[in-house]
Amino acid sequence: MNRRLRAVLARLAQALPVILGVVLVSFLLTRALPGDPAAYFAGDAADAASIEETRVKLGLDRSMPEQFGLYVLQLAQGDLGQSLTTGQPVVEELARRLPASLELTLVALLVSCGIAVPLGVLAATRPGSWVDHACRLLVTAGVSLPTFFTGVALIYVFYYLTGWAPSPLGRLDFIYLEPPSVTGFFLIDAALAGDAETWFAALRQLILPAATLALFTLAPIARMTRAAMLSALSSDYIRTARAAGLTSRKILFGYAFRNALLPVVTTLGMVFSFTLGANVLVEKVFAWPGIGSYAVEALVASDYAAVQGFVLCMALLFVALNLLIDLAYSMIDPRIGFDSK
Amino acid sequence: MLTIKDLAVSFRTRRGEVNAVRGVSFEVAEGETLGIVGESGSGKSVTSYALMRILDAGGRIKAGEAVYSGVDLKRASEREMQGLRGREISMIFQNPRAALNPIRKVGHQIEDVLRRHARADAQNARAKAIEAMEAVKIRDAEARYDAYPFELSGGMCQRIVCAIALACDPKLLIMDEPTTGLDITTQKAVMELVTELIRERSMSSILITHDLGLAAQYCDRIVVMKDGAIVEAGDPVRLFARPGHPYTRKLVDATPREGASIRELLPAEVRTPEPPRRISDEALLSVRDLVKTYAGKSGPVHAVKGVSFDVKAGQSVGLVGESGCGKSTTSSMVVRLLDPTSGQILFAGEDLAKRPSAGFARDPMRAKIQMVFQDATDSLNPRHTSRQTIAEPLRAMAGLRGRARAERIEELADLVGLPRPLLDRFPHQLSGGQKARVGIARAIAVNPDFLVLDEPTAALDVSIQAIVLNLLVDLRARLGMSYLFVSHDLHVVRLLCDHVVVMKGGEIVEQGPTEQVMTAPADPYTAELLEAAPKPPARDAA
Repeated sequence: MNRRLRAVLARLAQALPVILGVVLVSFLLTRALPGDPAAYFAGDAADAASIEETRVKLGLDRSMPEQFGLYVLQLAQGDLGQSLTTGQPVVEELARRLPASLELTLVALLVSCGIAVPLGVLAATRPGSWVDHACRLLVTAGVSLPTFFTGVALIYVFYYLTGWAPSPLGRLDFIYLEPPSVTGFFLIDAALAGDAETWFAALRQLILPAATLALFTLAPIARMTRAAMLSALSSDYIRTARAAGLTSRKILFGYAFRNALLPVVTTLGMVFSFTLGANVLVEKVFAWPGIGSYAVEALVASDYAAVQGFVLCMALLFVALNLLIDLAYSMIDPRIGFDSK
Repeated sequence: MLTIKDLAVSFRTRRGEVNAVRGVSFEVAEGETLGIVGESGSGKSVTSYALMRILDAGGRIKAGEAVYSGVDLKRASEREMQGLRGREISMIFQNPRAALNPIRKVGHQIEDVLRRHARADAQNARAKAIEAMEAVKIRDAEARYDAYPFELSGGMCQRIVCAIALACDPKLLIMDEPTTGLDITTQKAVMELVTELIRERSMSSILITHDLGLAAQYCDRIVVMKDGAIVEAGDPVRLFARPGHPYTRKLVDATPREGASIRELLPAEVRTPEPPRRISDEALLSVRDLVKTYAGKSGPVHAVKGVSFDVKAGQSVGLVGESGCGKSTTSSMVVRLLDPTSGQILFAGEDLAKRPSAGFARDPMRAKIQMVFQDATDSLNPRHTSRQTIAEPLRAMAGLRGRARAERIEELADLVGLPRPLLDRFPHQLSGGQKARVGIARAIAVNPDFLVLDEPTAALDVSIQAIVLNLLVDLRARLGMSYLFVSHDLHVVRLLCDHVVVMKGGEIVEQGPTEQVMTAPADPYTAELLEAAPKPPARDAA
């Protein structure tokens, strides 16, 4: 166990240069963006002098290395700067918005896996059957409908027509109070506080956006599960297991599925990253206060601090995600020595 | 005990129904070992899968009967079959490493079978599994129990496969090419182990193999299959001495054996005298103190430790040894695909070891040394036709283009006996033998002086192997090439080579003229290799 811990630490150390690189690149990229924040914040009516004044106030008149040094110094103190549009510290905003995005993405992926993996397995055991075709139809439909369309369609049916869903405005209906923040995940916080009513309210808000995202992510997971199961089922060791008289259930789950997990986990990691980055549209449609919409607004306003904070935050998240996937690999497959690399 | 009558198996494919087995009948008596011999596509494996009812999707038993101890295998329900498999009839497979679940401890895989057939419960499963491992003579079974297949050698994996098959004391054991892909000494060890266990437990068994020599050595009776039907059945000694069917005769002829010359592998009708050739006294290639050391996880790995040998112009030298002995590393260095750690490779007086392998593709010497690879399928670009494949070295090294190139390609096709219409086919549209011919044509396209042959016939059926080996003999006489023939099969090396180099653990243990090494081996390891090769019974002089 100690060896594994050391391996994890080594892997984390390998991530350090990546993060340093991200700090530098995000800094340079935001500076390279078109648009002058000083002009933006001085307002439409500002003249050259007042724009210059704003520039000095923002510290943008200094040289690039100077600005960068200042930025790194602040970063070391855990200060990501202040958002210019909202006037709030970026750290606080991210801390509030990131759990919202994570909660949405995770729930969506859970739902998606819950449907896609059994569907893929089922399709692989009966290739060419109606289950297989139904699976293909569903995933193709899911991936070919853009999320904003699915989102709007779901709202139309479940909120406007039937009224089963609450109004698609954020994480919690305004009549409820936010649960005391522990993790930032409303479902978990509400459960911790023992507040069943808020828990259900948060869940009701979550269902439609999560379903929208889930439908979109169904395709890669189901297709990969099906392909991985097919190749696992046609391999020699399955024949050995059959020849040894093992039951179909044991062969399917004990032998084939565990071997098929590896590519599925890889896909899952990829799907998770792109969903987290790309759920801006869903956040917009459902007025979800996530980091995606935050980043887009900041970008439009050339809000340097906020954009940098967002990029850095995503980079850290990806590093953590990759570590997690590597760990999952080494647990599934003994051939992948976690400590050998 | 087992009776098969008029068994027919068909597969549904995209191009309609394919009849893999058409009307096969045989019986296996109690305590008997039956050999089913045939080349690829003869339906020998499919027959065994059919009676285990583990055919791939799309396959079904079309007609006939298969009765095992009163149980109708064709009509039994899937549940009944599951109870039968592993407990009454079990099977061992070729390619043992792939036959084991790669991510499950081998001990657990044995436990799975034991518990499935109620031979063990949660408490004693581990002990019983270790018992089963000890039964197949796995030393230190307690420690090996926790190993994964990738941590074990091929021979050890095959023992585990045997342990799984034999754990529940089946009455009938089906062995599907159990030793293909294993080293010759491992092959012998595995076969002896299995034969001993079969005798001890008085089991019946079926040995499925392409190797007539192997079947003759271990079986009481042999059936020969071709194109899904049995062409001949009988006692192995009789089969070798007086093959009744022309196909059996062809197989017997093509099986490399002691005392037969390379031409004798071909059917008598097409034999021509072996062409004469000249071996000069000058060394064309001199390898001196060649060393290759890899940086391994736990210290350096010495793959080749100081190897020296000569190949004279016109001579064929065999490089023999088991997997991991360094023969492939040596040949890769000679052919300049790999850089040696130290040592010299003198070719026509020049030290090629000094020229880095990375840039050797542009070296004028590249055309002088060429290679024929082991796997004819994997070494051809699947998206190139035979014509494009052969054209590549002509374009890159000889600078031929247009008409001249087209003519040369057709000339080469004629030379290797590849019918010209096949030049426009892709690898998947060619047979194994045809692919081997394309590989050879590509290698000799630029008139090399020296050809490295890395087990070029290892994946081929014996009758095709006979033809390809004879083609190589004709080519070397005609073009005056020298060969370095890398192989683990001493019989084949004996047929083709004038001189043999035997390697073990990265070192040369013995080298000398073929006759001398083969008849009076000086090193015990060479003797062991010779001893392990299957010995088919003698055949009639006719």
